Amino acid sequence: MNGTGAPGGWIGAVPHRVEDEALLRGRGRFIDDLSPVPGAMHLALARSPFAHAQIRGIDVSAAQAAPGVLAVLSGADLAAAGRPLGAVIRGATEHYAVAVDVVRYAGEPVAVVVARDRYLAEDAAELVEVDYEPLEAVVDPLDAAEVGHVVSDRSFRYGDPEAVLAGAPLVVRGRFPFGRWIAAPVECFGVIADWDHSTDSLTVWANFQGPFTLHTVAAGALGLPAARLRLLTPPDSGGSFGVKAGVFGYIVLAGLTSKICGVPVRWIEDRVEHLAAAGSATHRVTDVEAGFAADGELLALRYDVIEDVGAYLRAPEPATLYRMHGSLTGAYTVRHVAVRNRVVHTNRCPTGLNRGFGGPQLYLALERIMARGAARLGLDPAAMARRNLVAPEAFPYRTATGGLYDSGDYAACLDDALQAADYDGRRRQQAAQSTGDGRRRLGIGLACVVEPSISNMGYISLAETATERARGWPKSGNAEGATLAMNPLGGVTVRLSTVPQGQGHRTVAAQVAAEVLGLRPADVEVQSEMDTHVNAWTVSSGNYSSRFAGIGAAAVAEAAGRLAEKLRAIAGDELECAPDDIELRDGQARVVGQPDRGVSLRRLAGAAHWNPESLPEGLEPGLAVTAFVSAPNLDPPNDADEVASSAAHGFVVDVAVVEVDTLSGEVRILDYVTVHDAGTLLHPRLVDGQIMGSFAHGLGPALLEQTVHDPDGNLLTGSFMDYLCATSTEIPELRILHRCTPSPFTPLGAKGLGEGNTMSAPAALANAVCDALGVDDLDLPLTAPRIWEVLAAAGERGER
Amino acid sequence: MSGSGEPVGPPREIVVTVNGRRYHEAAPDRILLSDFLRHRLGLTGTHVGCEHGVCGSCTVHLDGAAARACLLLAVQADGAEVHTVESLASGDRMHPLQEAFREHFALQCGFCTPGILMATLDFLTHNPTPTRTEIAEMLSGQLCRCTGYAPIIDAIAAAAQAGAE
Amino acid sequence: MKPPPFRYVRPADLGEALVVLATHGDEAKVLAGGCSLVPMLNMRLARPEVLVDVNGLDGLAEVHAGDGTVTTGAMLRQSVLERSPQLRGALPLAAACAPHIGHFVTRNRGTVGGSLAHADARGELPLVLLTLGGSVLAQSQRGQRAIAAEDLFVYHFTSALEPDELLTEVRWPVAGPGWGYGFAEMAQRHGDYALAMAACALRRHDGAVAEVRLGLGAVADRPLLAADAAGALVGHDLDGPAGDVAVTEAARLAAAVARPFDDLHASVAYRRHLVGVLSERVIRQAWLAAGEGA
Repeated sequence: MNGTGAPGGWIGAVPHRVEDEALLRGRGRFIDDLSPVPGAMHLALARSPFAHAQIRGIDVSAAQAAPGVLAVLSGADLAAAGRPLGAVIRGATEHYAVAVDVVRYAGEPVAVVVARDRYLAEDAAELVEVDYEPLEAVVDPLDAAEVGHVVSDRSFRYGDPEAVLAGAPLVVRGRFPFGRWIAAPVECFGVIADWDHSTDSLTVWANFQGPFTLHTVAAGALGLPAARLRLLTPPDSGGSFGVKAGVFGYIVLAGLTSKICGVPVRWIEDRVEHLAAAGSATHRVTDVEAGFAADGELLALRYDVIEDVGAYLRAPEPATLYRMHGSLTGAYTVRHVAVRNRVVHTNRCPTGLNRGFGGPQLYLALERIMARGAARLGLDPAAMARRNLVAPEAFPYRTATGGLYDSGDYAACLDDALQAADYDGRRRQQAAQSTGDGRRRLGIGLACVVEPSISNMGYISLAETATERARGWPKSGNAEGATLAMNPLGGVTVRLSTVPQGQGHRTVAAQVAAEVLGLRPADVEVQSEMDTHVNAWTVSSGNYSSRFAGIGAAAVAEAAGRLAEKLRAIAGDELECAPDDIELRDGQARVVGQPDRGVSLRRLAGAAHWNPESLPEGLEPGLAVTAFVSAPNLDPPNDADEVASSAAHGFVVDVAVVEVDTLSGEVRILDYVTVHDAGTLLHPRLVDGQIMGSFAHGLGPALLEQTVHDPDGNLLTGSFMDYLCATSTEIPELRILHRCTPSPFTPLGAKGLGEGNTMSAPAALANAVCDALGVDDLDLPLTAPRIWEVLAAAGERGER
Repeated sequence: MSGSGEPVGPPREIVVTVNGRRYHEAAPDRILLSDFLRHRLGLTGTHVGCEHGVCGSCTVHLDGAAARACLLLAVQADGAEVHTVESLASGDRMHPLQEAFREHFALQCGFCTPGILMATLDFLTHNPTPTRTEIAEMLSGQLCRCTGYAPIIDAIAAAAQAGAE
Repeated sequence: MKPPPFRYVRPADLGEALVVLATHGDEAKVLAGGCSLVPMLNMRLARPEVLVDVNGLDGLAEVHAGDGTVTTGAMLRQSVLERSPQLRGALPLAAACAPHIGHFVTRNRGTVGGSLAHADARGELPLVLLTLGGSVLAQSQRGQRAIAAEDLFVYHFTSALEPDELLTEVRWPVAGPGWGYGFAEMAQRHGDYALAMAACALRRHDGAVAEVRLGLGAVADRPLLAADAAGALVGHDLDGPAGDVAVTEAARLAAAVARPFDDLHASVAYRRHLVGVLSERVIRQAWLAAGEGA
């Protein structure tokens, strides 16, 4: 099972996951499997059927009288007990966990029923009578901008974009809408809340995923000092992909309900609620202008972005818009960039974290405009990309917008991908096919994307001007903590604050700790539950921005390193040599070069626990270490609005080969190659699992998935019959290749990699289908009906 | 306790054998089998993901055939034999299909896994040597949002092959 | 997503079931496989006062082969239709559509009769029964009657069954010598409701189409027979150039008879286009299969 390289060989090895056996046996411990407090009452929510309406009155009397009902609370009841949910931007629409006076999206909670069980609670929720006065709904982001529902309007310029665009031999323009889609984890949200009136504090169990900035937001809305909000996560969480950051609003809802009613409560979201109101990716419309030289050099870019964040600016939005700010130039060397970012409110569910987070939207625009530029210049898209890639000797590379790319060999990855996909052969096949009957058309799509990981907590403040930022506290960095302890028998426990939802953090943390301490992973027990009263955490803790490999595992390595240092000091004392001459291997502390001079870690641990008097002078007793690490180079945005928005940057090249049936409009993926450079791979099988999952999450909105509202704001994709999750028959098998350029900025050389293909797949597939059909514009998702309509409109209807 | 919904009529006495153990329970007419298994019998390995029969997380065996527990009333299991994911392993030994899932990294969050295991076991009794396409078609009724399905297909194909040898 | 309150009744025999239906009429719903009804209960889109579970009734899942007909009980599971060698041989069109009905697991519970009584215009089995010219037996305390498939499907989710009637049997015309069948549907994902589908039953005689029925599904408020399209095929050798013309004409006529709807997933124009494409496909399939059998 060992990998290669380092002493224990555990980093880079592919042991079985420690998580699996319990899950396979049905012994997982997910939120709805837990009963941490006896007597919890069940919640069901009455939700608005209107996208926008005035609440003229709420009559809860019938619901209150229904069997098994303890209480029915309105938004006003909750508002009186708490405060609004804080937003990132001042002036955003005030937002409560339950609507007060006005509902602003269909599915918004309007009342909370507390009952003996969920069946009875749902019965009563139907009896809540709300007198609505419907108001006009704004659903489309462009309409929202038009009517002035703009929360934030910021313009940025880097270099001299206006002049360079004006002088460019070719300027290509395009509009690239990217609709809403959702993470749709198979487990929905869940919260169990227990307000303790004797201490005026709240204990909450929730399948929240972080970031723990939102703990602060929740505490604020609960009217609690943060130290009196104890937030715990269950050992297992049934997927998140970002969306479970949004649980925090329901933590507030359940917490205030428990406070008002004086009983513990539990709320397990159902699928209809989830689809209506959990949150989605933003709906973004990007207008791009790109200036090119005749040889294909990308000279300048201008983005005009309208971002629909829904009815409220739910924290951490508008982060989707700024997460990629340091990477607006993608993998390319262009130095002149202009950006206008407008954040708009619509009468749709608030948006939030979603795997890829801003990347899919950015790269659809950038990679489509590159492909269109190549077509206009008569250049091969691969040659065009190569002409513009950041060169290997340029790293660390500072982008025009302030991003700091750590390492990579982009051209080599591109070559690998083209070779693996037999790019030239496919082009020949495509040329040969053009002489056929034309019913089936081959298309080849390319996407080159830089995959940022480990977000700078300060990037969101770009939503404010430098002057506005100067009035507040600067924000920067991304830090994580881990606690590692050795028991008297030499066993090790690790406690993580990275809140995994299936990524295998426990497996990898055990590998890392074992590697550093000269143990086997089986000697290391890892807990991944968050308990904000126990864990070592920071506001940036949690599971997002693919931060585990780069920063989460690094915190484990750092804590293990400090423990190892201590063990070496004890061993050096005992073996009468310098601690630096001690190595930890195979459960022993040994003198380097003298394999017979050693002492077991178990004995050292025993001494530290049982015989502290024996410890070397000045050494602190105890074998528990908490260490924090912070990713480097993540300064707050500067006065020029430059920001290193992420610490590490992987690189992904995708080549998609598709066949479009012009008769039916169906897209068939014939081949899909993806090449990754994510630095050091801690567990290559888990890496490939992340890549496959990330690809599936990008293929969804590319081919099938979209959250759709009608012009009145009614949700049309309110069940899994209409929201079409990609299934096993729609997702092709990926061919994955790796390169490895370790990051100089992360302690283990690892970069995040869980989002790259979510960013690249929509662009690569759109490029492939457009290439097949020779069309400029195709909105996602690329469904058969939509493709057929486009062909029909172009007079190319594939008649038999 | 989720689901004792009782406004209409008295709960009904039912006898159901789950994983070989007989249970005499009072079940209100409308309680879903998924809720009954999870919250009445404490068998939380059966998961609930959509409650409209699409995601497949709640798949169990009813009298030997895979079925969605969210589309069954508990009273429909009266007199029947139900098997859930908890029945697959025997003591320390996991079922070969479970082993194959571990071997092939066929799960991440693991929430969909119990339903997939139960569906697959029934599928393999009817088609012991399936092609990858046939496996994919069976799996299209089981939603997984983590893996992209390829490792699950690998695991099922490997388990089928091992079973055939 | 929990069902609203209802009273659950599990009749011991058919007679008792018919009494319950006669007593409660519109307030009762029959629970067969539950694949369509229970989701509607869980979403509270259906609110029957009484749920009549017919899963325990004896004799409702039997198969009888008769003269030119196979009779299956209404409670025959879709998975049996898919897997039984006997049924696959006798009812190749039904077997061909079966893998498209929902998914592997739902077909274990889903029943033939439930699917027909549900009368979903997007259902595969209603289309197939109509294309074959089959019928069902409806029983009530008042007696029993046969309802031809052409009369059974009235409107979206509306059948000709009276509230006190229980669909107990399905009568399927079996494949005779010279007959061939074709089935095709276009769905966005495997197992989804089709955007459009077509089925064809065709008898070859002396190298030409002697009889043919072409059915269309998911493109109107009920499954349709495209009689004019079928008429355009009779007498033609579909292998010859004149056959191509006939098939094209039949597909055109089929598309003309469709009355599809716009929705989230596809437009009227696309669905109508699909009717032509799929019709052509199933006619060709059926012609080929009829040739093989001859």
